[in-house]
Parts: sequence; structure tokens; C-alpha cells
Amino acid sequence: MATTEPSAAPRPPDAGAAPLLEVDDLHVEFRTRDGVAKAVNGVSYTLSEGETLAVLGESGSGKSVTAQAIMGILDTPPGYVTGGAVRFRGQDLLQLPEEERRAYRGRSVAMIFQDALSSLNPVFPVGWQIAEMFRVHEGLSKKDARARTVDLMDQVRIPAARERVNDYPHQFSGGMRQRIMIAMSIALDPDVLIADEPTTALDVTVQAQIMNLLADLQRERNMGMILITHDLGVVADVADTIEVMYSGRIMEQASVHDIYGAPAHPYTEGLLRSIPRVDLKGQELSAIKGLPPNLSRIPEGCEFRPRCPYAQQICHDTRPPLLEIAPGRFSACHFAQEVLEGDFDNAEQ
Amino acid sequence: MGRYVIRRLLQMIPVVIGTTFIIYTMVWALPGDPFAGKCGDRACPPAYISMMTAEYNLDEPLLVQYGLYMVDLMQGNFGETFRGTEIVNELLQRYPTTVQLAVIAIVFELVIGIAAGVVAGLRRGGFIDNLVLVSTLVVVSIPVFVIGLVAQIVVGVQLGWLPVTYDGTVYSLILPGFVLGSLSLAYVARLMRTNLVENLRSDYVRTATAKGMPQKRVIGVHTLRNSLIPVVTFIGADFGNLLGGAIVTEGIFNIPGVGNMIFRGIRDREGATVTAAVTILVLVFLLVNLFVDLLYAALDPRIRYE
Ligand SMILES: Nc1ncnc2c1ncn2[C@@H]1O[C@H](COP(=O)(O)OP(=O)(O)O)[C@@H](O)[C@H]1O
Ligand code: SF4
Ligand SMILES: [Mg+2]
Repeated sequence: MATTEPSAAPRPPDAGAAPLLEVDDLHVEFRTRDGVAKAVNGVSYTLSEGETLAVLGESGSGKSVTAQAIMGILDTPPGYVTGGAVRFRGQDLLQLPEEERRAYRGRSVAMIFQDALSSLNPVFPVGWQIAEMFRVHEGLSKKDARARTVDLMDQVRIPAARERVNDYPHQFSGGMRQRIMIAMSIALDPDVLIADEPTTALDVTVQAQIMNLLADLQRERNMGMILITHDLGVVADVADTIEVMYSGRIMEQASVHDIYGAPAHPYTEGLLRSIPRVDLKGQELSAIKGLPPNLSRIPEGCEFRPRCPYAQQICHDTRPPLLEIAPGRFSACHFAQEVLEGDFDNAEQ
Repeated sequence: MGRYVIRRLLQMIPVVIGTTFIIYTMVWALPGDPFAGKCGDRACPPAYISMMTAEYNLDEPLLVQYGLYMVDLMQGNFGETFRGTEIVNELLQRYPTTVQLAVIAIVFELVIGIAAGVVAGLRRGGFIDNLVLVSTLVVVSIPVFVIGLVAQIVVGVQLGWLPVTYDGTVYSLILPGFVLGSLSLAYVARLMRTNLVENLRSDYVRTATAKGMPQKRVIGVHTLRNSLIPVVTFIGADFGNLLGGAIVTEGIFNIPGVGNMIFRGIRDREGATVTAAVTILVLVFLLVNLFVDLLYAALDPRIRYE
């Protein structure tokens, strides 16, 4: 094996060749009393070492559910993976029995949640919750685990870490709590870090600090990072690749540079228009009109059609597949080229 | 914390005075002659009446009667019943029995109630869950005396596992303890189940799973600890209720406890007996409540008293 990484997680024989993380045609549905909500409908993406992949989309587009399926922490019932694969260095995690899969959590793939207050256990000290990673996964003694914990809290820049290890989550500010979540998630030096809207619940001033911390840690440790957000502004500086999700499907996939230069999907275009930009100062922000579809009744044809200013008859009849429209650029729109080249600029909006 | 406890203790003084006054007033203000039927079939001799009237200051206005009575009580003088037995002796005899009974009831609530709630909550919609839901509903909707009688017949007579009535041993308190605790046991089971189900869906439990913790630890450490907080405080508060609320159970199993004493006291218009017994109940109730609040803070670090 060509790898020298210390991670003790099991490896399949072809680990060297396989990508770090590969989500392949993933399908997830929620079976509730109100019907079957198809939350993820054939999502595929690949993440490499050191890459930051941003998953972008309005609330309810299936970003978190995709992440939960990768982690194996879906609420089951009502949530079920109905198809696809999640391969970590070639090993399909979805095929593993629970006990084997557990070995990957925290150690190979770790996750940070949006709301650190509710995601931390209210009745245990934060140091205890971080140290638990060392004690359970590595069998460290209380004393050693505590030393590592203080160290880690220093690394995520929590002031007076040694004095604060025994404090409880509610005694910290929102930003500090998110740092504790981050410390916990990187404790075992994971290869993949999933951050699900890590700054959404925070003050604007704190948001930048947390994003910087995440970016630094990611670079230092060469982690693959999946950054979930509904805020295009957040990702511009840190992401390499962007996946735009809508209605449980990838609508556009491209490098940050390409997407900011010119979107190749009307939905991306709408998202871009809804963020404040320095060069367009004074112009009114336009949110995309309408609402995302009900996931129990996704319309025929293109999912975005009811809200799309460019929709034609073909959009009604045929669902556009995600196709490569330029090297490294993918779009699920019948008129991707036209959108990309701005030929639709005169369409009514 | 220390100051909080002192403040709470001081707050108890007006509460105790208020409740005892109400009880005292109600017992003595009941319509009718307090001496009716006290001396067999005949009317009581005037000498006896005047003696008792002097003893309890029955000639004085109610407020003065009460004041004099409380002064006696503070000095540890609980007075005598009309029959001349020292009330304090009776209290010393009966309270331990009632406390034993309540403790047994609490143990049943803790052990069976929590276990049933946990098993039901972990296998939601399964056989045990439905069994727990139905059986607790049955227990809640049946009067205690029916449960008591059925328990006597089935466990005591037919199976012969436990004594049918109280014979002075703790052993014979097991069955009545179960009956006394049955209602709260049902509540505990349901409360535990609801909390567990709710917490299993909580964000921090999902975090624990995402951290790669074994399932046993996710449930046993991260979920249980939080789910137990409301249950333990409910059980703590229930202890006060069980002490005073055992009248029916004590009656069925012929247990000479406090509930029984208060019941007879009210029937026979033994104002001093009732007031003394209830005063102690109120005190215990207040102290237990304080203890429960402190316990709550100990279990949930988010709660702090100043
Ligand atoms: N626990 C759940 N129970 C039922 N439906 C769910 C649950 N979680 C998610 N869903 C469904 O999946 C959809 C996508 O959710 P999510 O992935 O959380 O969206 P987001 O892109 O905002 O993260 C939701 O709109 C909802 O219909
Ligand atoms: S396929 Fe049609 S409806 Fe869908 S985004 Fe493209 S133009 Fe709009
Ligand atoms: Mg989400």
C-alpha cells in the first residue's frame, strides 16, 4: 500500500488508486404519513485529499440529508437510502455492517453541525465530550485524554482552554461552542471533514473567524472538506469546487472560478443574483421567485421549471440530465450553453 | 447555593403557618358538637366537657386557640387525643410505617417504571411498547382500591406469594407498596418512554453517533442521562404525595399508618391529631421539594440557583 497515514480504519486492497470519497448516484427518501419525500435523487460527487467541495442550495434541497447518508446517521425510520454508494477509498460504506461502519465515523469521516448548542450534550462538560473521542476510540487514560483535549482546544483557539475544559456548553458563546464542535471533529485527524452550515447560526463577525479556522485546519491537515452552505458568499474564498443542489439533485458542478465567472444553470444564476456584491452596489437583491418543489410531488421534467425564467416546452417534457458542457463543468439544464454564454439575457425574468 | 437553601428554608415558615392554620380552622370549624359520640351512647359528663374545653381552649376565639396550640406544638407538646393517648407516641409509631411504605412504592417506580419506559422507548411500536402503553393506561384509569383488591386476591390469596394484610413486618408492606406506587409507576414508565424517544432524536445524540460512539454508549450515556432528569425529579416530588396519599392503600391492607390516622382524626373530629399529623406532612413535603430542586440542579448543569 502506498499510504503512510496513521489512520487505523480498515482499508480495502485498492485503497491507493480509489478517490478519497466518492458519492455515487445516491438516493434517499423519507417515508412519512404525508407520503414519500424523495430528498436525494441521484447525487454523485468525488472529493480528493486537500480539496474543499462546497455544496450549495436553498434550504430543503437535500444537502444535510446527503451528508447524513455519508455519515450513516440518517433518522431511520423515516429516512432510507434507496440506492447508490458512498465509497471511502474504494470501500462502500453503505455495504458495511453497523459495527464496522462505526470505525469510520469520527476517524475517517467527521462532521460538524450547524447548531453547536443543540449538537453538544448539555449535561456533560465540553472537555469530557472532546476527551471521549480519545478515550473510546484510542483507549487513552483520563489524564492523557484530558491533556490531548486541552491541546486541541488551544489549536482551535479557545482562550484559557485549561481553565475551561470543565465548563458546560451553555457557558460558552456561540462562536466558542462551534470551536468546541470543530475540536471534537478533528480530534482523530479525520481524512474527510463535513461541515454542515458551520457558520449559519453565528453572528456575522464570528462567521469569518470560524471559516478562517476551518480553512486553516483543512490546509494544515490536508483534509478533504465538504462545506455545506446556502450562502454563496461564504464559499467564494475557501472552496475549490461547487456542487449546486436543488430538489435532491445536482444542478451544476464546477470550479468556484468558473461558477463565479459565469453560471451554467438558471438556478445558479438566481443564487448568484441573490448575494450582495461590491461591484453591483446599490442594485436591489433579487431572490429567486417561488418555492422549491414539494419533495413528495416533484414535477415532471425539469425540477426547476416552475421557477425558471427560461423554461420552454422541452423543460416540461424531459428532465435534463447532468452533462459535461465544458471540461470539468457539468450542468443539468437543456439550455446550459445559452445560459453560460448569456444568450438568455433578454428573456423576461 | 447555600444562600438559596437558607432562603428556601425561611420561605417555609409562612407556608407551614398558613397551612396548619387552615387545617386547624377547618377541623374545628366543622359543624356539630365535637363531643358528640365521644362517651359511648350517653352524653358526655359536664366535668369531662369542661376539662377538654380547658385543655384545648375551646372557649377562646379560633385565632387564639390556634395560637396557643402552635405554641404548644413548637415546644414539642403535641397534646393528647380525646381518649387520652399522647399524640406524639402515635405519630412516632405511625410515621415510620408510612415512610417504609412510601419507600417501597418509590423503589417499584424507579426499578419497574424506568425499565419499562426504557424498553418501550427503545423498541418504539414493538410488542413491549404497546404492552407498556396499554397496561399503564389501564393502571391510570382504574381506582387504587380496585388495584389493591385485585392484588390481594391474585398475589396474596391465589398465588400466596405475599401476605394479604399487614402483619407488622416490612415483608408484608411489599404488596401494598406496589399498589401504592402503581399509579406513579405508570406515569414514570410513560414519562421515561416519551423522554427517551424525544432525546433519541435530539441533535446531541446524533452527534454522539457521528463521533463513532458504540450504540450502547450513545444510549446508555448520552441519551439516558438526559432522559432521567425529569423522571428523577418527578419521583422525588412523588415521595411527598405518597406519604399523605396512602389512605386508601393503608385501609385496604389494614396498615396503621399516617393516612389512616388522619382519616380517623377527621371522622372523629380530633383536631389536635389531624393538625399535628398534617403539619409534619407539610414539613416533609416542603423539605422533599427543596431536595428535589437541588437534585434537579445537580443533574442538569444548566440550572443554577442563586
Ligand atoms: N427527519 C426527517 N424526516 C422527514 N423528512 C426529512 C427529515 N430530514 C429531512 N427530510 C426531508 O428532506 C428534505 C431535505 O432536507 P435537508 O437535507 O435537511 O435540506 P437542506 O438542504 O436544507 O440541508 C427536507 O425538505 C425534508 O422534506
Ligand atoms: S431545463 Fe429548462 S426549466 Fe430547467 S433550468 Fe434549464 S431552462 Fe430552466
Ligand atoms: Mg441543512
